[in-house]
Order: sequence, then C-alpha cells, then structure tokens
Amino acid sequence: MSTPDTASRAGVLGFGTAERRTLLAPIVDNNPITVQVLGICSALAVTTRMDKALVLGIGVILVIAAANLAVSLLRHHTPPSIRIIVELSIIASLVILVDQVLRATMYELSLELSVYVGLIITNCIVMGRAEGFAMNNPPGASLLDGIGNGLGYALLLVLVAFARELLGAGKVFGATVLPLVKDGGWYEPNGLMLLAPSALFIVALLIWAVRTVRPAQQEKD
Amino acid sequence: MEHYLNLLLRSIFLENMALVYFLGMCSYLACSKKVETALGLGAAVVFVQALTVPLNNLILKGLLAQGALAWLHPSLAEVDLTFLAFILFIGTIAATVQVVEMTVERYAPKLYTTLGVFLPLIAVNCVILGGALFMQERDYGFGESVVFGVGSGLGFFIAIVAIAAIREKLKYSNVPDGLKGLGITFIVAGLMSMAFMVFSGIQL
Repeated sequence: MSTPDTASRAGVLGFGTAERRTLLAPIVDNNPITVQVLGICSALAVTTRMDKALVLGIGVILVIAAANLAVSLLRHHTPPSIRIIVELSIIASLVILVDQVLRATMYELSLELSVYVGLIITNCIVMGRAEGFAMNNPPGASLLDGIGNGLGYALLLVLVAFARELLGAGKVFGATVLPLVKDGGWYEPNGLMLLAPSALFIVALLIWAVRTVRPAQQEKD
Repeated sequence: MEHYLNLLLRSIFLENMALVYFLGMCSYLACSKKVETALGLGAAVVFVQALTVPLNNLILKGLLAQGALAWLHPSLAEVDLTFLAFILFIGTIAATVQVVEMTVERYAPKLYTTLGVFLPLIAVNCVILGGALFMQERDYGFGESVVFGVGSGLGFFIAIVAIAAIREKLKYSNVPDGLKGLGITFIVAGLMSMAFMVFSGIQL
C-alpha cells in the first residue's frame, strides 16, 4: 500500500497526471479489496441486495475521504505515539455522523445494515489509508486517494451485490429482471447466492478475473 | 443455565463471527498462513473479546443508556447518550488492548511472546467491535455478554485455526496462477462457511 508501489502499478495505465493517478489507481490496478486485501470484514455481509451495498459504499467513500483529509491536515500536530487513537477518534466521529444521517433519512435500511455501519470504524481500508497515505501526504492528495479507494471499494461491493441479487432473487435494485418460477416466470433462483458463502466465492472469482487480466498482480509462492 | 449454554453454542457455531458474519476477515486471511500464527491470533482474540464485550456492556448500561445518569441528577433521567456508543466502544477496546498488552508483558512474558505481536492488531479487529455492537443491538445483559464474548471469540479461534491448517496443506496442490494466494483462500473460506451452515437450526 506504499505510494511508490501505487505509482508504478498505475504506470501500466500510462496516462494522466499524478493527481489522476492517485484517484484512479485504486479503482482497478490497486483495488483495496482484490490487491491490498483490506476492508473485506464489514463488506461481504451487506451484498445480498444492491441498495444495501450502494448505501454502505457511499458511506465508506464519505468516511474515508473525510478521514484522509482530516488526518492529513493534522499530520504535523499528531505525536507518533498516539496517532492510532487520534485516527480512530476521527474515524469514529465521522461514522457516528453517517449512522445518524442514515437513521434519520433511511430508517428501514439502517436497521437492515445493523452493525455493519458501525463497523466502518474498524474497516481496514479507512485505517490503512489514514495510516499508510494521509499521514505522509498533503491534504489534497489524501482527499483524492480517499475518494479513489472508496470508489474502488464501492465498485467491488456493488458488483458482488449485482451478482448475488440477480442470481439469488432475480432482481436488480428490487426491480424484477428475471421473473421467478414461483411468480409464473421461468427463473429458478439460486438460494445459495443469498447465503454467506456465495459472497466469498464471487470475490474469489473476481480476483481470479482481475489477476488473469493483470498478471503482475499474481502471487508467487 | 440452559439459556446460557444455548447462547454459547449459538455464538460459536451458528453465528460464527468469521464465517457467517464475515467479521475479522482481514486478519483471518492475512494471519492464517501458518497454524502457529493462527493459534496466537485466535487466543488473543478470545482473551480480548471475553474482556471487552462485558466491559462495553457495563459502559453501555451504566453510562450511555437512557436514564443511566439519573443518579447524578434527576434532570438527567431523560438523557440518552447511546449515539456516543461507537466512539466509546472503540476507545474502550483500544485502552483494554493496551492495558492487557502491558499486563501480559509484565506478568506472563511467555504468553507475551505468543500473543505479543497480535495484541495491537486486535484493537482494529472487526470481531471485537462487532461483538460489542451485536451486544448492543441484541440487548444482552451482563451474564449474557460474558458468555457471548467467550463464545464469539472461540468461534473465531476455531475458524482461523481450521483455515490455517487447510492452507498449510494447500502448499502441495496445483492452483491456477490467478487464484494463487488470496483467491484460493477465499474459496476455501467459502467452503468452510458452507460447512458451518450444517449447524444452522441446532438448538438445545
């Protein structure tokens, strides 16, 4: 997750300025989930439906961008020995904000997301970017890095949720796409897609796909 | 008694933190290359979880819940501070981990060499915060939160040791290039998660 690494990977794309690279690299080339293995914790359980995944994705983008900005602004005033607790308090306050807004505006959805909104606090991407990037970079770049990583994360969540909701319930965003057999259609839903294991399988397949296209990401052992 | 035993079994098997709720996945994947490491991390999680869930329960019931501060002044009976739960929980967890680390280092150096490196990691492990948040959401009492803390920690312990054992054997198998490492670990975790679904519906 170091910056030179990000930059060299983004070099594969071969376009744009440093800012664009900071923003775009985390989306495919250095995706927080498939490459950095961060933030899977709170993510997979909300991907049974697209609306849940999208809302959590947006929440993470907001938290990670604001946290990166705040941590970066405070980086010269934070003694190294207490930096973790400073980062945690910044992140926790932001998550409380997101949670309160969710409860006020989308109460039903916030109940379904249950503990996973709170778990954004310990989402390793947020901590990882604050610690690994924002601590050593100016506020502007940190903000872009935060947005980029948040986008990469949200994109993966929505992709997984798309597969799970479509194959598991025949719907996209709650609207029927594949008419189910029990409603007189032709599609027999795959119940496994709505259960926990399928999320792991889908992420594994996505990683396989990304690493086949980008062999540089393959692990040697 | 039966209620507590039931809760213990539920939190270990039916509602396994790692395999059913996907909590602690980062360390679950990152620290499961060797059984030895997995044992250390698992033990540290059980230890910290068994301490922090009851502790957070006391804080929630004694400081944050509506009317909890009424003993200070009657006018505070209406005050509801539960929105502060997140920041207080994570603060308690970070502080507990720090205290545990120092205590273990001072009084049990042998244990420290096993758990040592994992303790700081645990402060930001989703299993620990998740345990506290589930405790709040399900409105557990003090006794229940002790049992739930131990049970959910043990569930994570079992899951991570099991996957580490599988990964050690995986070294000898021929995995497609793109799936090596992370990808195949996800698939193994998925299969384990399916295996754990066998327990669903079990009740004493």
